[in-house]
Amino acid sequence: MVETLVLIEHDRRQVKRPSLHAITLAQQLGGEYALLVLGHGLDEIAASLVSYGAAAVIVADDPALAEPLADRYATVIAEVARKRGTKTLLGTSSTFSKDVLPRAAALLDAPMVTDVLAIEEMDGSIAYRRPINAGSMLATVKVEGDRRVLTARATAFEAPAANVAVCPTERFLFDAASLPNGVQFISREQRASERPDLTESRVVVSGGRPLRDPETFERLVGGLADALGGAVGATRAAVDAGMAPNDYQIGQTGKVVAPELYIALGISGAIQHLAGIKDSRIIVAINKDPDAPIFQIATYGLVGDLHQIVPQLIESIRRG
Amino acid sequence: MTQGQSVEKILVPFKSVPDPYAGAAASTSKSVINPFDEIAIEEALQIRERGEATEIVGVTIGAPAVDEQIRAALAMGIDRAVRIDDARALDPYAVARILRALVEKESPQVVIMGKQAVDDDSNQVGQMLAGLLGWPQATFVSKIEFLENKTRARCTRETDGGLEIVAINLPAIITTDLRLNEPRYVSLPGLMKARRKPIETLTCEQLGVTVRPMTTTLSTSSPTRRAAGTRVGSVEELMAKLKQEAKVL
Ligand SMILES: Cc1cc2nc3c(=O)[nH]c(=O)nc-3n(C[C@H](O)[C@H](O)[C@H](O)COP(=O)(O)OP(=O)(O)OC[C@H]3O[C@@H](n4cnc5c(N)ncnc54)[C@H](O)[C@@H]3O)c2cc1C
Ligand SMILES: Nc1ncnc2c1ncn2[C@@H]1O[C@H](COP(=O)(O)O)[C@@H](O)[C@H]1O
Repeated sequence: MVETLVLIEHDRRQVKRPSLHAITLAQQLGGEYALLVLGHGLDEIAASLVSYGAAAVIVADDPALAEPLADRYATVIAEVARKRGTKTLLGTSSTFSKDVLPRAAALLDAPMVTDVLAIEEMDGSIAYRRPINAGSMLATVKVEGDRRVLTARATAFEAPAANVAVCPTERFLFDAASLPNGVQFISREQRASERPDLTESRVVVSGGRPLRDPETFERLVGGLADALGGAVGATRAAVDAGMAPNDYQIGQTGKVVAPELYIALGISGAIQHLAGIKDSRIIVAINKDPDAPIFQIATYGLVGDLHQIVPQLIESIRRG
Repeated sequence: MTQGQSVEKILVPFKSVPDPYAGAAASTSKSVINPFDEIAIEEALQIRERGEATEIVGVTIGAPAVDEQIRAALAMGIDRAVRIDDARALDPYAVARILRALVEKESPQVVIMGKQAVDDDSNQVGQMLAGLLGWPQATFVSKIEFLENKTRARCTRETDGGLEIVAINLPAIITTDLRLNEPRYVSLPGLMKARRKPIETLTCEQLGVTVRPMTTTLSTSSPTRRAAGTRVGSVEELMAKLKQEAKVL
């Protein structure tokens, strides 16, 4: 029996680092945990997971799982959880986990808690702390029943340390022909980027509405990010206006980041945006409105026109 | 209309939430339709206006106070609405189980709903409902097109890695993302018409479901606020702070 099952995410080439942070929550929960990875052609990915202190790496490897289709994935995940007597099924908050895990929860007849930030001991049972209302409040919740499903916020848990001990890898066998077949994968946008991943980068530079068009956005926000070796993010307003792709959106309903340095260019600081950046170590805001709410949370605020300031800043960084 | 030419019925579940634009002083805030559900309603209306659907039924679970948001949904243009009378603090799984009973009663070909309620921020109900029904799902959708005599739909999904396109067999659950459309404003004639549209009230008992929420909120608190920072007067000063004080450069 493995008490906790941690769903690990990958992009076919390698494990997505933030998904490892859920292992840290599994360790805090105590008891044995196994890592679960689904897909096709997983040998290398599975091999990269053997030293995180798990009881086993469970691999569901089949052509039928080549694409992360929720109906199939949830079926297999629920089957593994049932067979292993799992009490807690766990993943990192991401669009992948959010697509697949609630469906698995329903198949397991289990309640689910999204975006766990921390756990607390309460009268001998565990309570989970999570943000609600765009992070303006924190709720402490408990769940009933002998199974539950959780997603952990990657920014709230450290990456787990790899140790020397190597755990076994087990292949999970299932009947691929009996899997649901209601969703067909058609295509995925291929957008090669030299820049670091938004949720893993030490530095994130984001742009808002006044960046106007994709070219200006790329020149100023992209230019500053490149000067700093950072990733690029955006507000909803910038994404809605077509300045930046949807996966750049940071906030309540986009990605959550917590870099060493977050630079907000022309961003007002709506709570929906702040929900995704509040745990950054240093926040720099450049905004022409001295009363913009972003200045209330910025470590360093500079009032002025970004169209003039950003080129100067890039120049100054390049000079060193 | 004959089957095949159009989807007979679209069901749109929607939740009443505190106005997300009200700002921090939310104690006085009014309630609105959850923004993602407003997008779901708008999409259903556009599908019907293109002649691709016949009827749009809205459903919300809540106390009588949510009738105001039901009127707003009717004023936007949905054909009729069901309120499932339940004033309890329900968790997403309880909501999904109640909605399953309504889906079984109404037999829609498509359920379009928000990806997330912006008060609890759970992002669970649609996927759970799909799991309970054994229906295909397409989550975080920014484009819907019907295919092959409305037996399938092609959906563009907003994922962490960019856009993804899937085709789903109907009946199915679709959850909306922000880029799907821009919801219309309620018009005065729409409001007048809404008064004459039916709101059916059902209890869980009448639907034949007994659910007990399995999640309880023990307490809520305010997150620790970030300390207010400092203003700098120039690019040079900012660079100096980042290097010497913050040591991030
Ligand atoms: C359901 C829902 C979900 C949402 N989810 C998200 C989310 O996940 N992420 C998100 O970001 N938002 C989200 N929003 C939107 C959010 O409420 C704000 O509308 C959005 O964050 C504003 O983006 P912005 O700061 O780019 O634009 P604005 O609010 O328009 O701010 C632009 C700022 O730029 C400044 N400015 C203008 N010109 C210049 C210049 N030349 N130089 C310097 N500064 C300048 C202005 O003073 C202003 O402060 C959501 C909203 C809803 C209702
Ligand atoms: N009380 C409710 N009544 C009707 N639909 C609801 C209710 N609560 C949640 N939903 C639906 O479920 C979606 C996701 O909610 P959640 O999983 O709570 O974030 C919402 O966008 C609504 O479409």
